Amino acid sequence: MAINVDIQPAVPVVNDDTKDAVVIDSLTKIFKKSRPLLRWHKKNAGQKEEKREVRAVDNVTITIKRREIVGILGSNGSGKSTLIRILSTLLIPDSGHVSIFGYDVVKNDRTVQRLINRVSVEASFFKKLSPMENLIYAARLYNMPGDEARLEIRRILGRLGIKPDRIGAPLENMSRGMQQKVAIARAFLTAPIVLLLDEPTTGLDPRSKNDVQTFVRELRDEHDATILITTHDMDEAEALCDRVAIIDQGRIVALGDALALKRAVTGIMGRSEMVTMHEVFMHYTAAHLITETDIERYGSWEKAFEAFEAQREDDEE
Amino acid sequence: MSSLMHQGRATYAFFERNWNLTRRYWGWELVWLVYNIVNAMSVTYIGLSAQLITGVKINTNFFILYLLIGTAVWSYLSVTFDGVTDIINMERWEGTIEYTFMAPISRFTHMIGSCMYAVVHGLLFTILQLLIVGVFFHIDLSHANFVTAIVILLLGSISFIGFGIATAVLPLLYTEKGMQMSFIVRAVILLVSGVYYPVEALPQWMHPIAYASPATYVIEGLRAALMRNQPIWSPEILSYIWPLLLTGIISIPVGIYIFGIAERYAKKTGKLKRNG
Ligand SMILES: Nc1ncnc2c1ncn2[C@@H]1O[C@H](COP(=O)(O)OP(=O)(O)OP(=O)(O)O)[C@@H](O)[C@H]1O
Ligand SMILES: [Mg+2]
Repeated sequence: MAINVDIQPAVPVVNDDTKDAVVIDSLTKIFKKSRPLLRWHKKNAGQKEEKREVRAVDNVTITIKRREIVGILGSNGSGKSTLIRILSTLLIPDSGHVSIFGYDVVKNDRTVQRLINRVSVEASFFKKLSPMENLIYAARLYNMPGDEARLEIRRILGRLGIKPDRIGAPLENMSRGMQQKVAIARAFLTAPIVLLLDEPTTGLDPRSKNDVQTFVRELRDEHDATILITTHDMDEAEALCDRVAIIDQGRIVALGDALALKRAVTGIMGRSEMVTMHEVFMHYTAAHLITETDIERYGSWEKAFEAFEAQREDDEE
Repeated sequence: MSSLMHQGRATYAFFERNWNLTRRYWGWELVWLVYNIVNAMSVTYIGLSAQLITGVKINTNFFILYLLIGTAVWSYLSVTFDGVTDIINMERWEGTIEYTFMAPISRFTHMIGSCMYAVVHGLLFTILQLLIVGVFFHIDLSHANFVTAIVILLLGSISFIGFGIATAVLPLLYTEKGMQMSFIVRAVILLVSGVYYPVEALPQWMHPIAYASPATYVIEGLRAALMRNQPIWSPEILSYIWPLLLTGIISIPVGIYIFGIAERYAKKTGKLKRNG
């Protein structure tokens, strides 16, 4: 599809059920560490370039259907946030493509921006401004009239359990979890058709986590939104997501619905009882992906796991 | 049409947000005003005491007004400049820059919204400063043409803003020290533009830079307007207006273009991120 960058359609077509919401194709993002000024000759030349690069996202391919909730799990630094940032037009990938309802995130960024919103781990607000002032700013950027936005802000914040008297007071006095709720409200406010959630519930109490999950489901059910969510909460991933992708060192190492993943790992581990999502995570993000031959060699999954972990520790020394 | 409405709303969003920030940080606003007043006074006292220092009889009132115009332009340039650069700096610290850059608006809309506020803010700030400093000195405004002064200041604002947008690249890319670097840019502009002295006093090699700086024409234009009652259509004022128009027309697109390059660079190298 050839769409000029400058003449981007005002109302993108997104109500086609057969259309894929998000298509990620061989996506790669490499970060280069800047070298320190002076003393660049010291180290031996052999291990140089490799070490100065981080392959944050490494050849990722995945297609997300409209109305699907997909979870991304992975260790710290595995590239989840980087992936989300590329989808949010905040990072330009080195190679590969992402399109959202057919619009390329790099070439048609303005159109994509109308369709998406994102919640990051950090609330990111003008801390001296009140939730209302912060959110009304966000709403206007998305072309919402002031009066309508004010009503909607009150409604969403109320639903997330923010007391009305907090809405006009500076955000800096709020607890981390409360600030996070305001951040979630900012994303819901613009009714995005694709919602990118980067650890939205980290730091929330169990009840608030539930509230957010209910909200996410509602956005899908009533608004036909497509949702990509990263989380470190295995229960949340299992409860909320239609499919889960596990990402390790920038690569997708497993993809499927939670039950299928659990079945697969149960098989590999040779258990009689179904493994937990936690165990699935440990399996796919282990220092070394444990195969059936490894299990045979070491006697059990646990022993193989320990052996590889010990090996990694030795390597790191 | 609806797109125009959208860009209008977004422009207002920046205006309103910046006003809210000024309101919420009113303590700093006050500190900043006091600082500028103190600065302006210490410079203007040079004029008042020039006779004492040199032992030569001079027209003190003339000199005071001459310096006072310099201090006013300094403040005005600072506030309008900051209206663009400081906000970017703040957005970097708070991490809101990612949300601003993610919004479906053009960088032009973003900058115009911020800049319109900067101009209004700068004008009010400078007028307040002049009124307060004016209390301490006998100022002779009998030869002042205020209409010309405002026109020159507004025309100059366009260029100041263009320069401000280009300079905002510094805090965008260098969160820790970018702001200090932007102070240097501002100081250099004022040095070459003859804030407290005629440009002719500068070494010859600086003259081309001086004539490339819009601040030079603003300062000279204000002096002509406030000290010599020059109307807008006088040849002297016109000779300041056309360079200002020219730099104004060029500097905003160029500023936004430079900012766009920096934004792209930041998105390629991951410089926008602060955490998470
Ligand atoms: N802007 C950046 N500049 C340089 N390196 C970066 C940048 N962003 C991420 N990285 C690197 O890319 C890798 C992936 O980081 P990312 O933030 O995507 O991980 P993550 O999966 O979100 O981790 P976490 O669970 O801790 O949030 C890390 O090695 C990180 O250091
Ligand atoms: Mg992350």
